[in-house]
Amino acid sequence: MSARTLFDKLWDSHQVVAESATTPGVLYIDLHLVHEVTSPQAFDELRSRGLSVRRRDRTLATLDHSTPTLPPDANGKRPYYTPEAEAQVAMLEKNVVDFGIDLMGWDSPNRGIVHVAGPEVGATQPGMTIVCGDSHTATHGAFGALAFGIGTTEVGHVLATQCLLQRKPKSLAIRVDGALQPGVTAKDLILHIIGRIGIGGGTGYVIEYTGEAVRALSMEERMTVCNMSIEAGARAGLIAPDDTTFEWLEGRERVPKGEAWNRAVAQWRTLTTDAGARYDSEVRIDASTIQPSVTYGTHPGMVVAINAPVPAAADALEQRALDYMKVTAGKPMAGEAVDVVFIGSCTNARLSDLRAAAQIMRGRQVAAGVRMLVVPGSEQVRRDAESEGLHQVFRDAGAEWREPGCSMCIAMNGDLAQPGQLVVSTSNRNFEGRQGKGARTVLASPLVAAASAIAGRVADPREYIEQEAAA
Amino acid sequence: MSKTTQPLAYVHSRTAVLANENIDTDRIIPARFLTTTERTGLGKHCFEDWRYAADGSDNPAFVLNQPVSRGCAIIVAGHNFGCGSSREHAPWALLDYGIRAVISSEIADIFRGNALKNGLLAIVVSEPEHRWLIENPGIELRIDVAEGTIRLPDGGNIHFDLDAFARHCLLNGVDQLGFLSQQEEAISAYETRMEQAA
Ligand code: SF4
Repeated sequence: MSARTLFDKLWDSHQVVAESATTPGVLYIDLHLVHEVTSPQAFDELRSRGLSVRRRDRTLATLDHSTPTLPPDANGKRPYYTPEAEAQVAMLEKNVVDFGIDLMGWDSPNRGIVHVAGPEVGATQPGMTIVCGDSHTATHGAFGALAFGIGTTEVGHVLATQCLLQRKPKSLAIRVDGALQPGVTAKDLILHIIGRIGIGGGTGYVIEYTGEAVRALSMEERMTVCNMSIEAGARAGLIAPDDTTFEWLEGRERVPKGEAWNRAVAQWRTLTTDAGARYDSEVRIDASTIQPSVTYGTHPGMVVAINAPVPAAADALEQRALDYMKVTAGKPMAGEAVDVVFIGSCTNARLSDLRAAAQIMRGRQVAAGVRMLVVPGSEQVRRDAESEGLHQVFRDAGAEWREPGCSMCIAMNGDLAQPGQLVVSTSNRNFEGRQGKGARTVLASPLVAAASAIAGRVADPREYIEQEAAA
Repeated sequence: MSKTTQPLAYVHSRTAVLANENIDTDRIIPARFLTTTERTGLGKHCFEDWRYAADGSDNPAFVLNQPVSRGCAIIVAGHNFGCGSSREHAPWALLDYGIRAVISSEIADIFRGNALKNGLLAIVVSEPEHRWLIENPGIELRIDVAEGTIRLPDGGNIHFDLDAFARHCLLNGVDQLGFLSQQEEAISAYETRMEQAA
C-alpha cells in the first residue's frame, strides 16, 4: 500500500461504505460524547421515529454547559441561571435514562467539561473516531484519534446508526520545529498558529501537528493545541500517539487492561504518518520565535505577541473590531486595564493549567477591582487541585474557586462579564458577546491570565516568573 | 425513502448584504439562547445583539431591520460566514427568521453541513462574483438548486458547486437519517469485522 498519513489511516479504517461521486461515504464512529445543549432535539427525533440508540456502549454523556458553578444551597437546590437551563439539564438526565446511556452527572466523580472528562476516564483512545455535538471535539485528536464536532441532526444520525455521512476532508501538516521558550506555552503556540494561517486557514482540512516542538508537549498541552484547531476553521486536529500518550492513558478507567493493553499499544504504534506520505498542504512554524501571545480583536485570528504593537486595521471591519475592543493600533496589549480574569474551559482548565497559574498567584493578590474566576475542567481536576492546595492559593489571592463546567467560556450559565468589561480569558473564543453582551475578550494562556490578574492590566508572565527565579 | 424536509428547488428573493467578514455562530444566535430544547422559535433571536437596541427596540442601523430588507430570503455575507461553534441553532434561527439561502466567498464547514441538512442553502461563489454581489445589495436573485445557478437581474448567471448528494437531498426532500438507516447491513458487517479483529 502506498505511503499514508495518520489521517488517511484513521479514515480508511472507519469506512463502512466508500464515498462515490454521488454519495458521501459512511464513516463508523467509535465514541459519541453527548452534552445537554446539542442533544435534546436529537433524542426527540429518535423518539418520534421509534428508534433506539444503536450502541449505548459507545455513547457517553456529561453535564457541563448550562450547569451552575456555584454549589447547591442548604436544600440541595442548584442555582441555575434560568429555568430553561435547569430544564435542559433535566432533559438530558431523562434522556439518558430513557435511552440507557451512561451519564457523568451531578452524582458522578467524573463529571466535567466533555473534552476534559472524556480523556480523563480513558474513553478517548488512539485510533478512534470520536464525535460530539460540539466544535471543540478536536481536543481528542491529541491522542491520535479523528475527532470532530457535528450538528444536532448528525448527533441523531450517530445515536441511531453509529455512523455519519461524510466526504473526506483534505490534510494539512503544521510542523513546529525548535523549542518553546520559558514562559511560552501550548496556548501561545496555538494562538500564534491561528494568527498565522487565519481563522479560515484550516477550512476544509484536518490538521496534523508534527515536529519536535509538538513531540515535546505533554498530553495536556497537546489537548490545548488540538482544541483550538476549529478556531482556524479546521474540522479536526491530530497528533500521532507516542509514549507520552500511552503513559498518560495507562490505568485509566476505560482503557484496556493487561494483555489487551499491550496489544492495543502495539496497534497504536502503527498510527503515524508514513515516510513519503503527502499532505494536501503544509505549514512550518519555528517555535523558538513565539512570544507569549494574546488576541486583540474579535476573532481568534487577531493575535499579537503580548509586548508587540497591535497591528493597524487592514480595513473598516478590522477597525470596527479594534473599536469594539477599545484598543489602539500601535500600542501593545500589555498594559491594557483588566476587569475580569477567567481561568477555565476545555482549552486550559486541566491540572497543569491550574498549577501554572497558581505558581504565579502564590503569595500574591488579585489587583483591586479585578474579579477572577478559576473554574476547574472536571471533578477530577478539582479534586487533584484541592489535594495540592491550589484552591487555597487562588482563594488567598482573592479569586473565586468554582465547581467544574464551561462557565464563562460560553457564558450560558450566568457566569458572565458586563458590557464593556475587559476579560483576560484562557478559553478559546473572543467573538463579540461570547462572554456576555458587550464584553471584550482577550484570549491568553493561564500564565498570562494569572499575571494579568495580579497586575490589573494585561501582563507578561515572564516578569513574575523571573522575580521568582531571582528570589 | 421517508421524507421529513420540504423539497427545495428554487429560492427567489431580493438580497440583503451583511458585508462583515467572519460572521460567527455567536453573532447568528448568541449562546444564551441555546438553552432551548426545541428547533423552532429561534428566529426572534437571530442576530440578536446586532438587531436590537439596548431598550429592546429594533436597531435601525442594522441592515436586516431596514425597509429594503423586508422579506429578503437571501443573505449575501462577508467571507467565512458561520465560523465558530457547531450549534445547529444557527441555521435553525436563520430559517425561522425567513432566510433560505446564504451566499459568501467562504462558509465554515460545520455550519454549511448543518445548513444543507436543514434546507438552508449555503452557497460559495468566487471572490469577484462575491464582491459584485456585496456591492449590489437589494437585487433580485433566483437560485436554481438543480442547475446550480444564481440568475442575476440582467439575465446573467453565476454558477455554484453543490455536493451531488446534498443537491439530491434538497431537491427531493430526502431525509439523511432514512438514507443512513438503509446501510444497516454494511454497518453490521463492519462491526462484526472490527470485533473479530480486536
Ligand atoms: S469549555 Fe467552552 S469550548 Fe469547551 S465545551 Fe465548554 S463551551 Fe465549548
